[in-house]
Amino acid sequence: MLKVENLNVFHGLIEAVHGISLMVPVGQCVTLLGPNGAGKTSTISAITGVAKSTGLISFEDKILTGLSTEDRIKAGISLSPEGRRVFANLTVEENLVLGGGLKPVGRSERIESWYETFPILGERKNQSAGTLSGGEQQMLAIARALMNEPKILLLDEPSLGLAPKIVSQIFEIIQTLKNEKRTILLVEQNATQALRLSDYAYFLNNGHIVAEGHPNALGGREDLMAELTGIV
Amino acid sequence: MEYVVQQIMNAFAFGAEYALLALGLAIVFSIMGLVNFAHGEMIAVGGYTMVAAAALAVQNPLIIIGAAIAVAMVASVSLERVAFRPVRYADPTTGLLTAFGVSIILQNIFLLVVSPRPIAVTSLYFLEWSLNIGGISVSSLQLFEAITTLLVIVLLMLFLKRTLLGLAMRAASLDFEMVRLSGVRANRVFAIAFMISGLLAGIACVFIMARRGAVDPHLGFDPVLKAFVACVVGGFGSLPGAVLGGFLLGAVEVAMLVMLPQNLGGMTDAFVFGIIALLLVWRPDGILSPPTEKGDKH
Repeated sequence: MLKVENLNVFHGLIEAVHGISLMVPVGQCVTLLGPNGAGKTSTISAITGVAKSTGLISFEDKILTGLSTEDRIKAGISLSPEGRRVFANLTVEENLVLGGGLKPVGRSERIESWYETFPILGERKNQSAGTLSGGEQQMLAIARALMNEPKILLLDEPSLGLAPKIVSQIFEIIQTLKNEKRTILLVEQNATQALRLSDYAYFLNNGHIVAEGHPNALGGREDLMAELTGIV
Repeated sequence: MEYVVQQIMNAFAFGAEYALLALGLAIVFSIMGLVNFAHGEMIAVGGYTMVAAAALAVQNPLIIIGAAIAVAMVASVSLERVAFRPVRYADPTTGLLTAFGVSIILQNIFLLVVSPRPIAVTSLYFLEWSLNIGGISVSSLQLFEAITTLLVIVLLMLFLKRTLLGLAMRAASLDFEMVRLSGVRANRVFAIAFMISGLLAGIACVFIMARRGAVDPHLGFDPVLKAFVACVVGGFGSLPGAVLGGFLLGAVEVAMLVMLPQNLGGMTDAFVFGIIALLLVWRPDGILSPPTEKGDKH
């Protein structure tokens, strides 16, 4: 279980997130919703240790605060980042190998099984990742993030900038991951699809959690949904 | 014919030395954006190691060569720990100034502790003899240098393609944070980069010492300046660019030495850099500069 308590996140001197608390229980998919600039990615960056923060972050009763990014990844956290950030100068296969650096045992089997899940990645395994389409890069980013067999997957805006058809494909993948009982913290702006597959949701705005609860309850709040689409 | 072959060998040997050093600069630059001007002092460290070995009455030249390379590697890794780690995430200018500072400090240590005058090292003379291939006599040292450099380039390529740390180093040149987010330790990547850089400086040191036969505190300054130029020509941060730039610079230099009339002999460097300047007008980022995204950056 990932637990975040009273978290403040800073970018330089600017505080982007003000004292939020959230929880991701084992085997559940929790969604963090919010408009642009609400502090969603900042929260994720604090969890991975990339951004400076105060407050308490713990994972499986291990306190992560003060640990380096590498140690947090070793503790079982993994990130599929906003903007995908595949290693464009490496091949698809090299991306997966590097993604699984902490778990060399059975790595090639895991890579093969990803090629079965995403045949397009298998076809292009020797192609440099920079030549993939946005949707393919997103699949690669998710596969790469799971190569270390993490205990929790942080998915930051997996549908951002993708064509609607590809977006539903990505959400199908997330649904599959959820069916496998993986623990997921999903950050999204696409509320309808994200809420449909999550167990619990938080709504972040201006660095504060303004609402939380069952996805249906949150999805029914027109004021929040208007906040997301910008139609007030 | 013999003259032509000898000049081609000359160009290749010059180029090989520049390529080795340029690779050492490029490998560090590609992952941390640091132009390591203290790289030249690793060559001098290797040279002084040979002096020390001779003073300790070590006779075996292989041990002397091994010691020089090993000490250059250790020195390079130590520099990263002591001098460059604190400024790792600082502004590139800070890193550049740190490198200059380290370079000056080391040169002055050599001046004060050892000697301002060149010290002869004779243990590498055995590498140089005249080799007769098909009626053409070539220098064995030049042949060794060319072969070693090609071997080093192949091994480096294999390392970068086949090992996890190699992949991490290539990936780090684009997105170091994402490499860390994959669980690869940043410290390890930096250490290995400096270790390889020191190894390359150590190998170059062996050939420079074999040719010059003496070490002085400024031994590495000129070669590294040339290597820097090679990096700029090839495209800073690109490893193939560093190799290409090195060999190109060697070729242009020898061509100028050969082709310039006697009375312009002292102007060789001026002509070489003139040609480089023209090249940079054509490709301002260097010939093989890595493509950069002009838009948003993470």
